[in-house]
Amino acid sequence: MSVFIIRRLMQSGAVLVVMSLIVFFGVYAIGDPIEIFISPEADQIERERAKVALGLDRPVWAQYFAFVEAALGGDLGRSFVFNIPSMTLILQRMPATLELALSALALGIVVGLPLGMYAGYRPNSIGAKAIMAGSILGFSLPTFWVGLMLIMIFAVDLGWLPSTGRGETATWFGMTSSVFTVDGLRHLAMPALNLALFKISLIIRLARAGMRENMLMDYVRFARAKGLPMRRVVMVHVFKNIMIPVVTVVGLELGSTIAFAVVTESIFAWPGMGKLIIDSIQRLDRPVIVAYLCIIVLMFVIINLVVDILYSVLDPRVRLSEARN
Amino acid sequence: MAGTTQSHSAPAVETPLRRFCRDFAESRIALLGLAMFAIVLGAALFAPLLSPQNPYDLNQLDIMDGRQPPMTMSMGGFTFWLGSDDQGRDMLSAIFHGLRTSLGVGAMSAIGALALGAAAGLVAAYFGGRIETLIMRIVDIQLSFPSILVALILLAVLGQGTWKIVVALICVQWAYYARTVRGAALVERRKEYVEAARCLGLGHRRIVFGHILPNCMPPLIVVVTVQVAHAIALEATLSFLGIGLPITEPSLGLLIANGFEYLLSGKYWISFFPGVALLTTIVSINLVGDQLRDVLNPRLQK
Repeated sequence: MSVFIIRRLMQSGAVLVVMSLIVFFGVYAIGDPIEIFISPEADQIERERAKVALGLDRPVWAQYFAFVEAALGGDLGRSFVFNIPSMTLILQRMPATLELALSALALGIVVGLPLGMYAGYRPNSIGAKAIMAGSILGFSLPTFWVGLMLIMIFAVDLGWLPSTGRGETATWFGMTSSVFTVDGLRHLAMPALNLALFKISLIIRLARAGMRENMLMDYVRFARAKGLPMRRVVMVHVFKNIMIPVVTVVGLELGSTIAFAVVTESIFAWPGMGKLIIDSIQRLDRPVIVAYLCIIVLMFVIINLVVDILYSVLDPRVRLSEARN
Repeated sequence: MAGTTQSHSAPAVETPLRRFCRDFAESRIALLGLAMFAIVLGAALFAPLLSPQNPYDLNQLDIMDGRQPPMTMSMGGFTFWLGSDDQGRDMLSAIFHGLRTSLGVGAMSAIGALALGAAAGLVAAYFGGRIETLIMRIVDIQLSFPSILVALILLAVLGQGTWKIVVALICVQWAYYARTVRGAALVERRKEYVEAARCLGLGHRRIVFGHILPNCMPPLIVVVTVQVAHAIALEATLSFLGIGLPITEPSLGLLIANGFEYLLSGKYWISFFPGVALLTTIVSINLVGDQLRDVLNPRLQK
């Protein structure tokens, strides 16, 4: 087990090194580094001074180590647009993104699980067929276009929900979130639904497959023979068994939900990291781009590491097959 | 599959291609998908002939025609069946040309990713050992990052442009092809015909590309259809976000983004119809891909 964890840690370290090289050579070496850290309005003298201050007169490998050192210290320059340290800027935006991603996952479970269980319980009913057709559509529909259509219907035509922004936030138990206010929830509803659409389709499929599989098992027959009502068998016994794959997949999907939040945030002007990176790419606010890439890669490496380790704890076959190689 | 047993009793003239076509035609919905895709492809290929106007010839545009709802007459005397955008551009023509760009980028990136991925997968499976471990580890690591994130990182580093987005899409997708080809090639490698080819003294290159690769095609074709649909959707998403294709080559994603600001004032058609075109394209490819998966899956063949 510990060998497995050490190997995975080494692999994560290697990924971080490779990514830092890509980011360094991509953003620093290809583009003019002066333009990355000095605003375009600076004059010639200021540029020369900055060149020395940034160590650009030194050899490339020395520059790379300086970059890594700066990244580890959390100092990756100041945003041209906001004029505050880029790292701070991104960390400020992170809670909004996490709030959106977690709400979408929660919505995916709350909506997807009952629908999927019903579709698996009565696979030949019209309702089940409609649900499955809907889930295929959920996989095929381009997320950003669905977001626009949601705005068109609920914000423009019906006028029920606000189309942009995060709304009012409130702080409870040290957590600031828009989930705690009515206005915040109204703002959250459409972006969360938009981001959840793909997850709902996925969970419907998982729950349906799990339901169909479990209903044929002996324990269901035994529970029925014991005289338990169908409602209890499904809601307690089968439900617990369906939750195992669903929870695993939802955990795995957290990372991709955060990544795809980029699209949803841009449509609904949600003030998270995703909208920030798109704006920064368009404005060529390079310190923010570099900081975002560093943080998001680190975040994914950690998520993947935790998932891998949890998997090997839950399913010993994973680490055994690894050991055989 | 009732039809396949029937096809076995057919006379000996039955070629694999004919049986494939018959199996494919068994599903009505797959045929519908194929027909839809043929229409989309035709619209893309013959866009200049089908379009009522050339949407990128500024001389043909009239600002007075801006933001006309569907079915109105233009100043030039033809009908805006699907309305016009803010510069008086006919949406139908813009969609035809947008499909051309979207499908073109999708196809180019699929071919590139296929070549790269198939080569990597074949090398991994044929030679094994350290090369295989290294290639497959890279594939695993890349697949653990969501596709949009990989594309975002690459575009942030590379900058914008048509070729850059093709490169980004290739980098995102090659890993899927590599994994599929390796899986198929591992099975093929142990078969007698490979042994025979080796005994004949054929070179590695000829065995890998001339003998093993053709036998890996069935699963590869399925992955190609799925990945082309993914590539088109991803390109549209990136273009919508404004970090994909440049404004000079508007794909469907850019057309949808262009209509975003007018959506809030109730002018739905600028975003709505390009979205329908995108959806039709993706759904038709997915329907065809689903049936291909069933037909080409060796486990389902009797």
